[in-house]
Amino acid sequence: MKSAVIQLPGLNRDRDMIAALTKISGKAPVTVWQTDTDLPDVDLIVIPGGFSYGDYLRCGAIAARMPVMRAVAEKAAKGVKVIGVCNGFQILLEAGLLPGALMRNASLKFVCREVKLQIANANTVFTNAYQPNQIIRCPVAHHDGNYFADAATLERIEGNGQVVFRYADGTNPNGSINDIAGVMNENGNVLGLMPHPENLIEAAHGGSDGRGLFESVLGKAA
Amino acid sequence: MSIPNAIPITPELVAAHGLKPDEYQRILDLIGREPTFTELGIFSAMWNEHCSYKSSKKWLRTLPTSGPQVIQGPGENAGVVDIGDGQTVIFKMESHNHPSFIEPYQGAATGVGGILRDVFTMGARPIAAMNALRFGEPDHPKTRHLVSGVVAGVGGYGNSFGVPTVGGEVQFDERYNGNILVNAFAAGLADADKIFYSKAEGVGLPVVYLGAKTGRDGVGGATMASAEFDETIEEKRPTVQVGDPFTEKCLLEACLELMASGAVIAIQDMGAAGLTCSAVEMGAKGDLGIRLDLDKVPVREERMTAYEMMLSESQERMLMVLRPEQEEEAEAIFRKWGLDFAIVGETTDDLRFRVFHQGEEVANLPIKELGDEAPEYDRPWVEPKPAAALTDADIPQADVADALVKLLGSPNLSSRRWVWEQYDTLIQGNSLQLPGADAGVVRVEGSEKKALAFSSDVNPFYCEADPYEGGKQAVAECWRNLTASGALPLASTDNLNFGNPERPEIMGQFVFAIKGIGEACRALDFPIVSGNVSLYNETLGQGILPTPTIGGVGLIKDWSRMARVRFAAEGEEILLVGASEEWGTHLGQSAYLRELHGKKIGPAPKVDLAHERKTGDFVRKLIADGIVTASHDISDGGLAVAVAEMAIASGIGATIDQPQNASPIAAFFGEDQGRYVLTAPKGTAAKLATDGVGVQVIGVTGGTDVKLGDAKAVSVAALKSSHDGWFPAFMDGASH
Repeated sequence: MKSAVIQLPGLNRDRDMIAALTKISGKAPVTVWQTDTDLPDVDLIVIPGGFSYGDYLRCGAIAARMPVMRAVAEKAAKGVKVIGVCNGFQILLEAGLLPGALMRNASLKFVCREVKLQIANANTVFTNAYQPNQIIRCPVAHHDGNYFADAATLERIEGNGQVVFRYADGTNPNGSINDIAGVMNENGNVLGLMPHPENLIEAAHGGSDGRGLFESVLGKAA
Repeated sequence: MSIPNAIPITPELVAAHGLKPDEYQRILDLIGREPTFTELGIFSAMWNEHCSYKSSKKWLRTLPTSGPQVIQGPGENAGVVDIGDGQTVIFKMESHNHPSFIEPYQGAATGVGGILRDVFTMGARPIAAMNALRFGEPDHPKTRHLVSGVVAGVGGYGNSFGVPTVGGEVQFDERYNGNILVNAFAAGLADADKIFYSKAEGVGLPVVYLGAKTGRDGVGGATMASAEFDETIEEKRPTVQVGDPFTEKCLLEACLELMASGAVIAIQDMGAAGLTCSAVEMGAKGDLGIRLDLDKVPVREERMTAYEMMLSESQERMLMVLRPEQEEEAEAIFRKWGLDFAIVGETTDDLRFRVFHQGEEVANLPIKELGDEAPEYDRPWVEPKPAAALTDADIPQADVADALVKLLGSPNLSSRRWVWEQYDTLIQGNSLQLPGADAGVVRVEGSEKKALAFSSDVNPFYCEADPYEGGKQAVAECWRNLTASGALPLASTDNLNFGNPERPEIMGQFVFAIKGIGEACRALDFPIVSGNVSLYNETLGQGILPTPTIGGVGLIKDWSRMARVRFAAEGEEILLVGASEEWGTHLGQSAYLRELHGKKIGPAPKVDLAHERKTGDFVRKLIADGIVTASHDISDGGLAVAVAEMAIASGIGATIDQPQNASPIAAFFGEDQGRYVLTAPKGTAAKLATDGVGVQVIGVTGGTDVKLGDAKAVSVAALKSSHDGWFPAFMDGASH
């Protein structure tokens, strides 16, 4: 299983993501700079969190228009698995690879805390290591994680099982509609989520509930 | 030599630059002619209190700054301390008080940006940040606005840059109504053989400007930071800089990449007084002259004058001396990160600081004297008057349980969760203990077991009552917090915030606080390796409480043995370590008197440094040996608050015996120094070799209530609700 991590100016959880992928798969991911248009042959592409281009415009809007994102879209169309975490989720939305939008947190404040997530769909390549409806711990850290979609889109993604993670036990930290924390595309190979599973994978993090995502997508043997 | 001067230098102009008549005379004597307008600006920038330390230097020299662990003490961008295995921790704390009062978001944000730059300028990747914030009384009409803006600014910059905020302080008092304090700390990691300094070496080498473009923001900022506030303060908003954490993050990555390439000979960030201060420091330290051509400086505004360019405090800028053969490689790295790169001058052998603009020489000054011959004052001071001792009549009695609930929900002791949840505390994936603990703890990347602990401390009420004991206590408490987490304290940084040093009573506070800090640092082997002095923290003649903030760093050899505040299990014995048989006796300047009864009276507690050291070394060994299951130092609010915090953190209750040898108020709320609360499996204390350290079993963990002696039991849930409730309610405007 080979993976790649996209690097853009202003992303800052790239090192966390590289560490998580390396620790769990035993193999360091390839890093790809924003101007590269030739993506290596990998099974998984990850866009990590941060503040690409400072997020001074709509979060992820500039990053979504960088050359590397055209290449990511092409790979996604061919079925390569893509995960966007936090700013990476915002970038995938801005690139049109996922449905919906992320608005400013309802509190209007940045929020960093641990929440509970329900595995809303365990029958995906990203969550098959979890049990259906399992509740896991996971940290969040964002200013713009308030997921929104119009009624028709919402009905469609809910009906298709595209909602993969939901904030549980009243821990929705940002006002997301239907407590949505993570969604995937219709084909089931592109996932975006606001929480940071890469920050809860080992004893030093105080738990390893985030490992399931990586074990699902990298294969349990990894 | 003469340089034509378009703008006449009048006494009013000199005064407007914060220079006293005798200081101006010194300039005339030094250069033998009238300075140009640009030169006057340069002198004003170099000789103001903020940059020259002219009132404080004499006393700062008395502080201990060396030790076997110290690689670089004060005088560079930050201090460097050995943490073994060829690794170092590089850290400093610095104030951004005046700008934050004028424009809280940008003032705080650029304070964070400045301290991060100080750390990565030396080649370190920042791994932890803290901030010590002090605001006016909660009821003051500006306080909520300032809290909201400062916290958002700290978070806005640090979160985007990508450094975890792992600790800090927030305090309220009316003495900060017109002058808040924003003290920002940052620490980074670097290999011992890859540290970069600001001393330029070699003649005829390119001086390179890197980072963001220069604008008019912050012109005169350092001079503003060296003056008292009055009612015209709102007019000073244009002197506050605007931060761009995105550019700073790019600057970090570009600098680290460039440093790894071997192209960098010397590097200095542009902080206070921007281009002026950074160029003069690089040249003066290397015994070299510097020649700058301002026409080459990247600018983002039109028609900037030489004066404005030399005094601009635009953020996210660096100055470097590079190896000429690697110029192209260096430029490519900066272009990749979208940053400006321009050769703006060269090093010379004439020891002059020469500045050219539009073909004309606008400054030609002796570079060594500009820094070294800044005025230095031995300002008159008077010894602070000791506070009157308390009498029994001064101490109101109260129900112990009720008092505890109220104290936990008071402005100064309530939970700061509302604040630190706006900071990214987890980024980088190495945070082992978050804000709310005794110390923030961060795992050292590349090491299986090593971790670093960070704490920031001072009790300004103690310092006001007794600057000498208060100075000692700030150091001791920082050292104690690191110890309580299991860390060996290595070294510290001081951020000394005081009022107007031209007033002898304020200078007296400063002199005695330094004396206390120095004694404590020596006794505890906790040298000061970096720091910052912020004077003139006054508005309309009212000074702040003397606030010498101490930021400390400690090393944990094996983080799996680190100690936490929370009770680990039910049915364990609770140990009080380092206390007298009365448990607690000292109520002067205590939170009990201040927060519950509005009385800021009595002497500050005395710190017995020998006792402090012996007790702390004993506690640290118990933690390292794995004997202790939880650990907390006793500070504001005394034993009762310490036990309650351990219960709240774990959800496990505690039953404490009735004190036998003293009044319950003093025993539970006294703030005697050098004490810890520990827990261990039952029977542990009886078997300990205490070596003269007082260890008393005072109770047991368990249940869902906290019961203090004969007082009524209070549920942990009720304590938590009181503790968590105040801050959000205050910020919502609901009640306070």
